[in-house]
Amino acid sequence: MKIKPLQIIAHIILILGVLLMVVPIWISFASSSHDSVTILTEGMKFHIGDQLARNYNEVLNEKGGWSEEVTAAKMFINSFIMALGIATLKVVISAMSAYALVYYRFKLAVPIFWLIFITLLVPLEVRIFPSYKIVSDLGLTNSYTGLILPLVASATATFFFRQFYKTIPDELLESAKLDGANAWSFFIDFLVPLSKTMIAAMFIFMFVYGYSQYLWPLIMTTAEEYWTVVMGMKIIYTESYEGVALPRTAERFAYIILSMIPPVLVVVFLQKWFIKGLIQTEK
Amino acid sequence: MSFLDLKNVTKIYPNGTKAVHETSLSVDEGEFMVFVGPSGCGKSTLLRMVAGLEDITEGDINLDGKLINEVDPSERDVAMVFQNYALYPHMNVYNNLAYGLKNRGIDKETIEQKVNDAAKLLQISDYLQRKPSMLSGGQRQRVAMGRAIVRNPKIFLFDEPLSNLDAKLRIQMRLEIKKLQQKVGVTSIFVTHDQVEAMTLADRLAVINNGIIEQLGTPIEIYDNPKSLFVAGFIGSPQMNFLDGNIKNKTLSAESFEIKDIDSDFEGEVKLGIRPEHLSQSENSLINLKVDLVEQLGSDNLVYGQLKDKKDFCYRCPGNLTIEKGADLSLNIENNKYYIFDKSTGKRVN
Ligand SMILES: Nc1ncnc2c1ncn2[C@@H]1O[C@H](COP(=O)(O)OP(=O)(O)O)[C@@H](O)[C@H]1O
Ligand SMILES: [Mg+2]
Repeated sequence: MKIKPLQIIAHIILILGVLLMVVPIWISFASSSHDSVTILTEGMKFHIGDQLARNYNEVLNEKGGWSEEVTAAKMFINSFIMALGIATLKVVISAMSAYALVYYRFKLAVPIFWLIFITLLVPLEVRIFPSYKIVSDLGLTNSYTGLILPLVASATATFFFRQFYKTIPDELLESAKLDGANAWSFFIDFLVPLSKTMIAAMFIFMFVYGYSQYLWPLIMTTAEEYWTVVMGMKIIYTESYEGVALPRTAERFAYIILSMIPPVLVVVFLQKWFIKGLIQTEK
Repeated sequence: MSFLDLKNVTKIYPNGTKAVHETSLSVDEGEFMVFVGPSGCGKSTLLRMVAGLEDITEGDINLDGKLINEVDPSERDVAMVFQNYALYPHMNVYNNLAYGLKNRGIDKETIEQKVNDAAKLLQISDYLQRKPSMLSGGQRQRVAMGRAIVRNPKIFLFDEPLSNLDAKLRIQMRLEIKKLQQKVGVTSIFVTHDQVEAMTLADRLAVINNGIIEQLGTPIEIYDNPKSLFVAGFIGSPQMNFLDGNIKNKTLSAESFEIKDIDSDFEGEVKLGIRPEHLSQSENSLINLKVDLVEQLGSDNLVYGQLKDKKDFCYRCPGNLTIEKGADLSLNIENNKYYIFDKSTGKRVN
């Protein structure tokens, strides 16, 4: 097979793109396997060192914080729970509200849709004080519920689900009705399986969104046992100013690498679904 | 009261379109009723009201002795085959068939039994595990019918189910539907714009135009005895020839000929209708046709030409007659089989 020049150029561009994405991660990973002194004196590393197990063990299990009680492992769990809750609830609520908007032809459907859509212009950061007030009045500060609940409404996902449902032919609904399906079974038996791909994609986006929340958990939590990964990132960076010890650069890299694992796992786990939906074009 | 009874049913869509006007109709149990008419005449609307997919603006629909105006489609026990089948794309054929039964809370063994029986009847047993996207048009059609049959509904509704198939398959499926309906014996309504399909399938057919049933009867009744200009023109292929004419004192003069002693007291402007197949060549002719074109179908020839006043005209003759282009034919109407319609109202007057 002859390779055309255009293909070579295309491949070079793609390879450059891949390097751009992968090299920083590799450097972080390689650097996380040396001890901090090496990094501080010699700079970042391209090869694996001999401190891998020690550094990671340290990061995961060393107790930190003011009370010296919270570990990074705990923060990962917190973030995971928060992101999982946000992603799940966002997908469920958006799918259901889109269902109502598309299939229940009530008069206010369009205005309500736009009202939901407008909330895109009012992200959490803008309404953070009223949100905080409500959550604290409900006594939900320092709880998973408080971390998750104010973030579960999603105009974006509602919009995408709505657009998708609108492409489903009316005859499918009519046919299902004649087959005895009610409102609930049409949603569960038809819309959910038909939007599998969509659900997987939304779940991934929303998981990453939830996982990378910073401001909200920062304001919401005073107890260290609810700290999240992103908050921890800040803490691990400020730590060195307080102490007299050397900055623990290698551990920071280990922390960064670890913090990437949960979202990657979600993508890896869901991509099977995702890709299956893409290649199996079902009419 | 018959099995299905429509009384003065009217449909006005929210945008003001009046799709069906005060239509009354009864369908007997086990009967195969066909709604036929041009596109947009309201056939589907009428059918969908029976299914419960459209609200009834006015009038009553009774099914099996029960008023069903307000009954939810899922409770009506009707099955429908849609134009593009509306198979469930994410379910395999088995589940497509089984879904309606599951919703009715039937136990697993019975469902399996019923699905397998229906699949056998429709010769789709080999595809039960396939998704609809992996089936051909004809197979999808069968699955759609299977989905209707398996539930053993009170009534089958078909909305132009054959129009997505190629010509050959269409004829084959037409036959199969008819056979199947006779075997299963379920009351059916079949909607089509194709008059051949209508004639071949129907026990009785309703010719619909502009939301009104123009005529209701067996295919032969309607063919032999069309009550209006519209029905006469719509049923029969090739189409009936129409000539402008005038009646005075029981004498009809049209084109360059006269018919005396006609069986009508009507006076005035009329349309004279003559079917191409009701003509024959003879000496003392009525009509002179100059041949433009001959279509040889084997069994028949379709002869197209013009009358003296350049009016297009068609004559159908046995295939063994050789007719040349450019020939002059003298034609007579066989057995006085001609139809006269009031030109202003379109009503039959003889
Ligand atoms: N949902 C609708 N809203 C408004 N008008 C409609 C709707 N559906 C059909 N119509 C109109 O009603 C008439 C009859 O339509 P239909 O029953 O689909 O005709 P057919 O099936 O005989 O082709 C048409 O004029 C069509 O434009
Ligand atoms: Mg139609």
